[in-house]
Amino acid sequence: MKRTALTARLIQLAFIAILMAAWHFSTASGSISKLFLPPPSAVWDAFSRLVVTGQFWSAVRVTLVTTAQAYLIALVVGAGVGYLVSRSRFLTDVFEPVIAGLFTIPITLFFPMFILFFGIGTGSKIAYGASYAFFPIALTTIAAFNSVEPHFLRAARSMGASRREIFRHVLVPRTLPVLIGGMRIAFVICFASVLGGETLSSIAGVGRNIALSAELLDTARMYAWIVFVVVTAVSLNFIATSIEQNAAAKGNVS
Amino acid sequence: MSAPVRSARSYAALVRWTRVGFVLAILVLWEIYGRWFADPVFVQPPSEVAVAWATKILPDERIMSALGLSVFEIAVAYVLAVVVGLAIGLAVGSTALGRRGFFPMILLLYAIPQVALISLFVLLFGLGPASKIAFGFSHGVFPVIMSVVSGMADAPTLYIRGARSMGASRYQVIRHVIFPYMVPSFFVGLRLAMTLTLLGVILAELYVSTAGIGYFTRVFAENFNPAPLFALIGSLAAIALIFNECVRMAERRLSRGREALRR
Repeated sequence: MKRTALTARLIQLAFIAILMAAWHFSTASGSISKLFLPPPSAVWDAFSRLVVTGQFWSAVRVTLVTTAQAYLIALVVGAGVGYLVSRSRFLTDVFEPVIAGLFTIPITLFFPMFILFFGIGTGSKIAYGASYAFFPIALTTIAAFNSVEPHFLRAARSMGASRREIFRHVLVPRTLPVLIGGMRIAFVICFASVLGGETLSSIAGVGRNIALSAELLDTARMYAWIVFVVVTAVSLNFIATSIEQNAAAKGNVS
Repeated sequence: MSAPVRSARSYAALVRWTRVGFVLAILVLWEIYGRWFADPVFVQPPSEVAVAWATKILPDERIMSALGLSVFEIAVAYVLAVVVGLAIGLAVGSTALGRRGFFPMILLLYAIPQVALISLFVLLFGLGPASKIAFGFSHGVFPVIMSVVSGMADAPTLYIRGARSMGASRYQVIRHVIFPYMVPSFFVGLRLAMTLTLLGVILAELYVSTAGIGYFTRVFAENFNPAPLFALIGSLAAIALIFNECVRMAERRLSRGREALRR
């Protein structure tokens, strides 16, 4: 068991090392055009230039603030709608398939309308990210509250718990692990859609900078941005996964 | 006996009609708002959108061929994603080393927001359909791989051990024990892959605004011409719904076949 885990880790490290070596040597030998794949050193130079000039932090701030605003709106509206719908069997039967069905249509289609209504500033990105993140949050909220066993509620009620006490001591601890899972997925979707919105049509932010460097054929800078996004996404995912596992462990104990 | 059946049926009808009524109410409100209150530069009522669809979208050969091209791109990207994803998934999922060594890396790749790479795809594959197919494929392939690998882990160890102790070969274990257990998870992956392939192709279509759908949406939006814009987007949404429904129907038919196989 332990040996397999060690070999697996070695394979992963070797894979990354091979990838980096291939990147270095293929660009050093000149067999690939610098326009498509600049050498790692050029990408590093471009990245440090971005940080030094301050372009980097202003773009990152725009994207992060937009994502946070969109996510907050989606969280409040999605959890609110989800909770209200989940309170009645009838409403769940009517609206759950509608929300799930709408979620299969790419909202990206409606992006030109967001631009039409909210302009090319951050407003359209907030609305776009919020409407994308709304669906997973609403769907997991409905699923989570419907999955609470009725006999828990009946037991709490028969022991004299008030509505607020039931919410606080039965519903919240029971639904939280599921909700946190949905919130993580929604955050990933929210972040990706804000980036996508910025790439499609925007005046600022990380996505705009990636698209702009591509348009200017400044590929070293484009790769620098892409590497930054990849590293950020991977580390955010690590953090969120560990939070989720913690919550799941707690939910099982109580 | 018949009373509960009838009441269950009437409940289902009530649910369905409430849903229809909800959609109708939204359309009516939109019509009222668009006709009498909204700025016609931003919002047009649904009736005007329908007229624009019949007069501006349907007869325009360039728009229709752009829509046809998108359908082609979605279909090709999806088939590629399923075939390649199934192959990679089977290769990774059939060995412990693959599951422990390569699967975490695939999960990591899946967590990357792929929109960040869209410029790269256009740079590598050009402005034509190739970049859109490649981008749709890169979105669709991951859920297929994930569902195949996690589905292969669904088979109870007891059954695998049983089959092996009765002398089944490695191939036979995969074919007769692991494969049937993988199928339900695989179908979930197929459905998710369709949603994501649609997303990838449409993102790339909108990103490349010099030709195809992206060009027309940009022209309509920049000229503040919402009726044909809504009509074009509505047509694409209908295409997306049809694709999703095809996958759902295939799933239903195939899983019925699977049930028969099991018995």
